[in-house]
Amino acid sequence: MVEESDVRVVRFGGSKINFRPPIISTDSRYPFVLCTSGDSVKVYSTRTEEWLHSLQGHTNQVTGIALNPANHLQVYSCSADGTVKLWDFIDGILIKTFIIGYPLFAIYVSEKHEGIVFLHIGFQLVAVHLPKSAEQEVEAKELSAVSSHISPNPSCTAFGREGQYIAFARNLQLNVYFFRKQKTYSFSLKATDKKGAKNAFTCIACHPTDDCIATGHEDGKIRLWRNFIHKKEYTYSTQHWHHNAVNTLCFTPEGTNLLSGGIESVLVQWQYGTGNRKEFLPRLGGSILHVSASSDGQLFCTSHSDNINVYFFRFFLMLSGDAVLTDLMIDPRSKALVLNGKPGHLQFYSLLRDKHLYNLDIVQQEYIYEAGLDQFEVVKAAFDIKGYWLATVEERGQKSSDLEFFLKLWSYDERTQSFVLNTTITAAHTDRIISMCFSSSEETTMLVTIAEDGQFKAWCQGVDADTQQDQNFWSCDFVGSYHNLKPTNCSFSADSSLLAVSFQEVITIWSPDTWELLTTLCQPPGVIRDLCFGRLSCSKYLISTTTRNLLCCWNLLTCALEWSTSVEVSKLQSDPLSENVAAFSYQSKHTDLFVFKPNEPRPLFTHKNVCSEKIHRAVFVPREEPLNNCDESSQWLNRSQLYFLTQNMLLHTPAHVLPPASVLCSMFVSSLLISNTGEMESSEQEMNSEKEEEDSEGEMEACDSQQELRAQGSVDEVTPKLSKAQERELKRVRKTDFSWMAGLIDSKP
Amino acid sequence: MGEFKVHRVRFFDYMPSGIRALAFNQDTERMAVARMDGSVEVFHCSDRFFQEKIIPGREQCGIEGLSWVGERLFSAGLNGGITEYDLTNQKVKYTIDAYGGPIWTITGNQQGTHLAVGCEDGTVKLFEVNEDQIQFERNLDRQKSRIISLSWHPSGSKIAAGMMDMIQVFNVETGHSIHRMLADRGAGTSRSKECVVWSVVYLSDGTIITGDSVGMVKLWDDQTGTLIKSHNVTKCDVLALSVSQNEDSLVAGTSEGIVVQFQFVSMVLEKDDKEWVRTRTFRNHTHDIRAVAEITTAVVSGGMDAQLVVRPLLDKIEVRSAASALRKIHFPHRRLVSCARKSGLMLFQYPGHLELWRLGESEGKGTPGSSLFVKRNPEKLLQLKVKGEDHIRCSAVSPCGGWIVYSTASTLRLYRLHCDNNNISITKISKLPKVLSSANQLCFSSDSSHLFSASAQSSVHIASLSQSGCKFVGTLKPKSGSHQAIHLLAASEDGKWLASANSDHEVHIYNLQTQKAHCTVPVYSSAVTAMGIHPATNCLFMMHADQQMFEYSIEQKQYTDWSRTVQRKGLHRFWVERDTPCLNVMFNPQNPSHVILHDMYMLCIIDQSLPLPDDKTQFYNQLTLKSLTEEQRKSQSHAFKVCKTFKDILCVELMPDQSLVVVERPLEDIATQLPAPIKQKKFAT
Repeated sequence: MVEESDVRVVRFGGSKINFRPPIISTDSRYPFVLCTSGDSVKVYSTRTEEWLHSLQGHTNQVTGIALNPANHLQVYSCSADGTVKLWDFIDGILIKTFIIGYPLFAIYVSEKHEGIVFLHIGFQLVAVHLPKSAEQEVEAKELSAVSSHISPNPSCTAFGREGQYIAFARNLQLNVYFFRKQKTYSFSLKATDKKGAKNAFTCIACHPTDDCIATGHEDGKIRLWRNFIHKKEYTYSTQHWHHNAVNTLCFTPEGTNLLSGGIESVLVQWQYGTGNRKEFLPRLGGSILHVSASSDGQLFCTSHSDNINVYFFRFFLMLSGDAVLTDLMIDPRSKALVLNGKPGHLQFYSLLRDKHLYNLDIVQQEYIYEAGLDQFEVVKAAFDIKGYWLATVEERGQKSSDLEFFLKLWSYDERTQSFVLNTTITAAHTDRIISMCFSSSEETTMLVTIAEDGQFKAWCQGVDADTQQDQNFWSCDFVGSYHNLKPTNCSFSADSSLLAVSFQEVITIWSPDTWELLTTLCQPPGVIRDLCFGRLSCSKYLISTTTRNLLCCWNLLTCALEWSTSVEVSKLQSDPLSENVAAFSYQSKHTDLFVFKPNEPRPLFTHKNVCSEKIHRAVFVPREEPLNNCDESSQWLNRSQLYFLTQNMLLHTPAHVLPPASVLCSMFVSSLLISNTGEMESSEQEMNSEKEEEDSEGEMEACDSQQELRAQGSVDEVTPKLSKAQERELKRVRKTDFSWMAGLIDSKP
Repeated sequence: MGEFKVHRVRFFDYMPSGIRALAFNQDTERMAVARMDGSVEVFHCSDRFFQEKIIPGREQCGIEGLSWVGERLFSAGLNGGITEYDLTNQKVKYTIDAYGGPIWTITGNQQGTHLAVGCEDGTVKLFEVNEDQIQFERNLDRQKSRIISLSWHPSGSKIAAGMMDMIQVFNVETGHSIHRMLADRGAGTSRSKECVVWSVVYLSDGTIITGDSVGMVKLWDDQTGTLIKSHNVTKCDVLALSVSQNEDSLVAGTSEGIVVQFQFVSMVLEKDDKEWVRTRTFRNHTHDIRAVAEITTAVVSGGMDAQLVVRPLLDKIEVRSAASALRKIHFPHRRLVSCARKSGLMLFQYPGHLELWRLGESEGKGTPGSSLFVKRNPEKLLQLKVKGEDHIRCSAVSPCGGWIVYSTASTLRLYRLHCDNNNISITKISKLPKVLSSANQLCFSSDSSHLFSASAQSSVHIASLSQSGCKFVGTLKPKSGSHQAIHLLAASEDGKWLASANSDHEVHIYNLQTQKAHCTVPVYSSAVTAMGIHPATNCLFMMHADQQMFEYSIEQKQYTDWSRTVQRKGLHRFWVERDTPCLNVMFNPQNPSHVILHDMYMLCIIDQSLPLPDDKTQFYNQLTLKSLTEEQRKSQSHAFKVCKTFKDILCVELMPDQSLVVVERPLEDIATQLPAPIKQKKFAT
């Protein structure tokens, strides 16, 4: 029951850093870039382009950061947990916590308003006087509402010249509030003009020295407003370059230029005051979400929808955020995690260093940044067992009827240390490819694809005699089908002597050598979802899951059902290095993890409520050095670690004050790691204390990867020969470890 | 509403002429428009931009500039002459030669004492404006290249002149040049092309603003002769500039068809350091904008696409109303088509010729909306070219189809038309009475026995027509009032009454039997755009430019009860907000309570027996009525029945056989005949 106490889920890294605009610190030769990242603020160095450290302490999504105008070495951060924290971001020290008590969605500061921060609470903009007390934690009670109709988008609010007024837009209305006069001027645009232009405001920037407000609009127009203290004589000029919504606007500190960005992924620099003279910086990779400029105007930082931050026109890259279509894979050579990266690319991501390694261009076409355009996307990818071959499927027209897809095979080039395109197959199937797998035998590599046209095809290299000898291309070797049923999944056995292809409710077993249908297995009802062969000692077993909540284990020697159990499995993943199979089960709004060996229907390990979302992607990553762990429940992690990908970190705030869910959406790779080991025989009392510890930390609240490494290190030292008393002692030491070590690590850089 | 057989006429190839110059008179609120064909039109800006006066042009008379001096209007053109117009009688008063070659620009000073013209030979000539004429005074220092544009300093002491590659500032007193400012040529290949300073504006604070062929609007300081700021407006030419009366706004028209507004705003609020900032962009034209004018509440622009666009500036308008809507004036507010109702002939008036067409005939019956089989195609019977250089001012065909008359500024010609089967012959009536030398408006009596010709002093001459010829009968003169030219005439069906309307909004009614003035309709503030005398009741039905309608009983010399009801209840909002004037009033003899009206966009039948709509009722209720039962329809229907089937209507006539003739001139057809516009890169093409 309490077995899971020694195995914890840890957030691993690669979270979304484009949620709010990054800021560049001032007054330094190599400024820092600060980004919000989940419930922490990440600090990057512009000199090394590396992540330095995180400012951790918030218990919920960080929703805004702003430099302290009074001290440029300090930064305010606000969070949905209802606190504003003041940090020394160079040393990573929390200076103060101001408790507001309401979920906060954005923070704005101005030099003129010292000791006041403006916070976005619900639909209100509130000025908060920060009390000056020496205590670490103070409650800020002096709240005064500035306006009650604030757009949920924080880029729709900006301070004007010298903080004299604040401009905020919502839908079709621009409001300017003057602090001295305490008066609001409102200007509204028509919903649409005759040409169907969408006039809604998307972002705002104020000129630093002139009274000029720049607004970006849904249809890509930029308007420059002037004379806005008059109800009627206000005026604006319109400039139009972006063909889709303007996502961000930013004046350079001197006000000579205006920067704008949108989905086109082109940074546009408008010369202020000269009308339409502009310069472009195209092909920045992904659509631009935020632009910020450093105080000396030397550096610009753009943050992109694919979670890449670019500063000074050099990259520093992060694990990509948005829709991952491919499975999680491990490159057998580099042990890097492989998944969708930039549009049309596969990215290789080092799990060891939490760092993006490189992108592999699969589609090899220029990506056109335009909303609503159907573009080629990599939807499937597979590596062979040695990492010499990579197969990819790219698709276009998923939504419309005219589907286009290519199957590509890439070979690894030792000389260039990267994958080189070997074969492109234009019409591999007549309909969409559902799944594919490489055979795992050493001698011949074979790829099997299954598609919605009811066929599975086996592809081999160099069978075609017509082609030149020095280059071996891939061609079709065998086409198989079964009663015209639609295949659902395919899998090779560990020694590649058998191929299992599931057709709806039927599993067919084929011999890849002779292409003979050996047998069929069927256990209605329910369509087969996942298939996997057992490994090593369990290689006679085949495990299948169905849509009707059935997990079946077949014995291939007897061709009979060995055992079955009723469980809804969303993802089945087998460990290539052991017999273990991990199954993620989604029931009543949370996901449970079971790890079992196919030869017995009893789970080795269960972990209830791993996370609250459905898990579709998971991967076992081999460890560099196997652990020697005798504990039955954690033994399955000796050879490899299990990583899985979740979406939508949930925030515990009332829904009605939340910004749109898509904004809050973030993605995390979580990993299961051993942080503590404990013997089964440990006393009752101790287990309780263990539980308490876990509760207090919160299951999903992470310790960072450095802690994990250290934890692993300590795991190695533990030998099962210790006596109970010794262990208890050790545990106590380790528990105390956490607090002071954490502090040490945080203050290290 | 009734069903009509409709002749949908699209063979009138009317081509409006491009607009070349605009001049706005602040005091009288009149906008003068000069067109490529040399005609000059005067629009009344506060009366819904009604086209009050039209002075037809001449062959080979290219007007380049227009200027008001007080209430007098002057023009100058490439023929080298300066012309003053007689606006009362709507004709050219005199033309004098400036002896400087083609004139590119003309401008009067604010004091109203002098006119300056810029000539091809490089001289700026000053003319003194006298009581009855203008007189050459002197030349300013002669320059090497032509003077393209001129602007007076509001004080009248300095003149800025735009030339090729440079701008000169002259002292008017001495006639010497004070400053010479060089305009940059374009970069790259256009380096070899001269920079033409198309337009210049001199502000009272000493700022000179120029628009040039490089596409720049430049601001210069006249104290130092230096460039203050330049705005790149377009890749093509900036052809026209105009500054508002209080000098806080400037509009620039470009050859891409874009009007760009600049405003003089303070960069920091509530401080005085103001700068000219480019603000709005108006895209209402497809072709070159040759002239812009910023008037009190709107920007008026005109160009090669021949439409006059009035774009209101909402920040200067107190109350938003129909009078302050965007309007595009495509067609003249006069009738160019006359119809011989009894014989099915149409007379089309072009600037230099007339065309006579016979309508086609159809057979069979169709359901509403269907097109009938054409038994006989419409046929062009006659093309009549005008003798001389003057363009046609007005024309008419008699109801019987036996007479054609037209008038230019100098002559009036009457033709007898013989039409037996397919043989058309035409004879000119040679001996015309002396008084019929020129007419402002022409009209036949309903029995075609008399010709009414409106001439000078608001008088109408009557001539009787017979086989033998034309005989002068008498002259009708108003008892009192103005001497403005008559632009509308209406004769009653029974030949007893004649109504005339002049551009001072006066409507006089004459008794034709006694040849005396019968009465004068009370003067309304808005111009009469169309009128007609009811055949049965002899009531005069008048439409005004502000869309109000009046019915005046001639016999009782008072407004009818229906008219009073209309005025008391008010017209529906949708009716008043229409932006083109009604151009014809017709009556349906079969249904005396029906009045048929049309404007450019719609055809309307007013049923005087039905209740008037108020603002709450649905105005365009045709579709709703269709879906209702007979009983409900009665309670729902109101007097206005609007048909929008036809577009770009030039004329509608009701024939005696209950068929309608609708003359359309689709704007798309006009657009295809215009020269190609400047090619512009459009996104996603």
